[in-house]
Amino acid sequence: MMSTFLKQFLIFDPLSLFFLFVIFIISLPSAVYSFGYLKGEYTPAKITLAWFLLFAFVLSMALVVTVSNVFIFLVFWEIMSLVSYFLVVFDTRHEKSIQAGMIYIVMTHIGTAFLIAAFLVMYKYANSFDFFAIKNACQAMPLQTKNIVFLLLLIGFGTKAGIVPLHIWLPYAHPQAPSHISSVMSGVMIKTAIYGIIRFVIVMLGVNSSWWGILILVLAVISCLVGVIYALMEHDIKRLLAYHSVENIGIILLGVGLAMFFIRMNMPYLAVFSLMAGLYHLINHAIFKGLLFLCAGSVYKATGTRDIEKLGGLIKKMPQTSAYFLLGAMAISALPPLNGFVSEWLTLQAFFLGAFNVTGGAKLFFGICASLLALTSGLAAACFVKAFGITFLGQPRSHYAKDAKEVTLSMKAGMFFLSVLIIIFGLAAVKIMKLLAKVAGGAIGLDTGAMSFSINNFILSPQAGKDIYLSTPLLLLMLILLGAAGFCIYMLFGRKRVVIYRTWDCGYYKLDSRNEYTATAFSKPFRIAFSFFLMPYRRTQKIRESFYHIKSFTYETHTTLVFKKYIYDPAIALVFRLAGSMKRIQPGSIHLYLGYIFITLLLLIIFMRQF
Amino acid sequence: MIKIMIIVLQLILFIAAAPILSGLISKIKNNIRLRKGQGILQPYYNLAKLFFKGEVVSETASWIFRVTPIVVLSSTLTAAALIPVFIFSSPMRQAGDFLVLVFIFALGRFFLALSALDTGSSFGGMGSSREMFISSLVEPALCMVILSVSLQFGSTDISAFNGIHAISVSSIVAAIALFLITIAETSRMPVDNQETHLELTMVHEAMVLEYSGRSLALIEMAAYIKQMILFFLIAQIVFPIALPVFSSLTQLASWILWYLTRIIIIAISAALVEISVAKMRLFRVADFLGFAFVLGIIAVICAMLGV
Repeated sequence: MMSTFLKQFLIFDPLSLFFLFVIFIISLPSAVYSFGYLKGEYTPAKITLAWFLLFAFVLSMALVVTVSNVFIFLVFWEIMSLVSYFLVVFDTRHEKSIQAGMIYIVMTHIGTAFLIAAFLVMYKYANSFDFFAIKNACQAMPLQTKNIVFLLLLIGFGTKAGIVPLHIWLPYAHPQAPSHISSVMSGVMIKTAIYGIIRFVIVMLGVNSSWWGILILVLAVISCLVGVIYALMEHDIKRLLAYHSVENIGIILLGVGLAMFFIRMNMPYLAVFSLMAGLYHLINHAIFKGLLFLCAGSVYKATGTRDIEKLGGLIKKMPQTSAYFLLGAMAISALPPLNGFVSEWLTLQAFFLGAFNVTGGAKLFFGICASLLALTSGLAAACFVKAFGITFLGQPRSHYAKDAKEVTLSMKAGMFFLSVLIIIFGLAAVKIMKLLAKVAGGAIGLDTGAMSFSINNFILSPQAGKDIYLSTPLLLLMLILLGAAGFCIYMLFGRKRVVIYRTWDCGYYKLDSRNEYTATAFSKPFRIAFSFFLMPYRRTQKIRESFYHIKSFTYETHTTLVFKKYIYDPAIALVFRLAGSMKRIQPGSIHLYLGYIFITLLLLIIFMRQF
Repeated sequence: MIKIMIIVLQLILFIAAAPILSGLISKIKNNIRLRKGQGILQPYYNLAKLFFKGEVVSETASWIFRVTPIVVLSSTLTAAALIPVFIFSSPMRQAGDFLVLVFIFALGRFFLALSALDTGSSFGGMGSSREMFISSLVEPALCMVILSVSLQFGSTDISAFNGIHAISVSSIVAAIALFLITIAETSRMPVDNQETHLELTMVHEAMVLEYSGRSLALIEMAAYIKQMILFFLIAQIVFPIALPVFSSLTQLASWILWYLTRIIIIAISAALVEISVAKMRLFRVADFLGFAFVLGIIAVICAMLGV
């Protein structure tokens, strides 16, 4: 009985197993971390609730990526959304949580609505909810319908993934959940949407038009840039990380979009390579973003604030947390030889290989996409210099930071585990690439046995002629050897006197934290360079005692949230206006309502007769 | 074994010859300005001086501040080991391709920017913020240059720059773009000014303001080497050089001479640019590097057309 159920409704192909692996490898350290994190933060009853919700959340995600029936998929998809909603509003103390939860649940249901529409169209052709039946039926589907289904799926899954402009819920919901949940949400939950895109579009629907891939590429590049630019402006450390999720989903989708383009262009090797790059970045992002959220949670737990303008100097108070955060920041900034570097290099390489092998304007298009990806990684590095530098370096900017203490063992254990993974996924790139190529090949429907996919000299026969090399262990060896040489020179030669003294204060009096550079100041050049998009504005307020004496002066600088202001706010206003005008047909008279029922009935009878 | 010897030889060459390039540039600048100026070997004297001075470390600073000079030096040296100088393919070809060069530079820069924030001085923050701003805008242009060169070669392999054998429109445009990038990356006018310590204008100098003694010497050394790497890459694109044939001594001598001449020509152009323009406002740098990006696009289009 059970086994027939398993056979009928579950699927364990490489793609599902890969996502299952991602889910558990991030959930495990998060669960360990939550032992220490929840203690003291919530009441015992709430801690039990948190554990229950975490398990339900992980279980529902695991089932989302393994069921093989569209209907059951939707059920678990909904459970996942609802459970994560409860986790977002878990901190009921904060009024923000309720608001964030509201935005989240509305957006996620808009997404689900599009998914249901897409699945119903698929059902109409397959007469079955089973994945394989739908896959077979999709081959007979007319192109026009396929295009529509693709768009519906893209909007539906894009909402969950946080593609710009559907990202609006992400920077509200992710930071508001408890930190170990943020790490699971950002690390894993949004990835289930990528699973959906790969499973339903690439595997089941089949790529039939080249504009699908190009559309995804364009959206992905926009997501990258918008995500990172907003992150640069952000001072709430968790929200900053949430915006980086938007950016990284963009990078992952670059790989997926490229794969779709290459499938259509009939370049299967490049398609496998691009999809592999995307999947590699997916698991890397899960690891380092999970780690960064856990570190941010530790900072929050230790200081009670998430505003980095109030932090500083934590590297001395929390040496371990800061080391983990530094590692995560280096990985997300794509610094060699860590994992983020490998996958970003692979994605860039996929673009370059594409540019070598396609003809005409597509070469230039790929080139521009690649350079915008390079810009993104530069901006991400800048953002993490800010995030790490302002939070952990310098002098403490408030008493919150001054009284910080290192976190407990279980929290450190969770962070340590993910830090080790960052290094492993950087250094063991060759092995991992081979495995991921299998997953990607399975999804595209190709045997990758004939391909040589070692990262150290991979030959993508027959499309790419020349060898390309990358070896992270060798790079690390070089860095260590040359660093050791430099250290020896430093230690052996010259005058060895080192004086510990105050920072140079221009001969003024002693510097304090108020002289330090702030996060706002740090991001000012970016704010001005991207002012066409950010539209920064100032708010000043003078409180005068008399004409001559100003008692206090407040000065704030803000940026305009373009998507919220020009898309979502008008849409919300429209909904409320519509609801307002709908009120007129509801005056409270029972006779009128009976009349409505009668008219509806009549119309229905006519409708039934007619069709 | 030969490979390792080549790597060591190459690194020694870079370490030994890099400072002289800066000395040369400032000598040329001074001569054009009709000044006597410092000797060509002044950078070596400066390094020696720094090495025999004590070091002052801020009490606010953490271990980041102490490891940064080592990280910066080792990442720059790794980059120097990656590029092919003596033989067609780089000795470290196995380690990575051209794109890796960009990421390796980013590693050193990341730590330098962090160390600037580490001391809690507002100069450091200023320099760090500006440096990250400029360098992030450099990346797309650099990416385009690499693409245009590798399109001609058909691979991003590190030997691609050596793979070009004839001057083409594409490589000249790419070289100009790379030259603009080099100006920004080596903190020269009009993007930055190495000779000033004015808080309004300094970028790189503000970042390393708190460093002194041996640590500063290592950082300066890394900056010289980085400059040499970039000059070398430009030289290799505009004046493609045939592989050395070590059959006779005169051939070898002429090869070395031609090698040096190319670098000196680039140095002269850098000096000429520096004395003939005024420093830009920081926010104009975006336009400057945007121009480099557009040049990169033109280079890619030329490479696509095969000219």
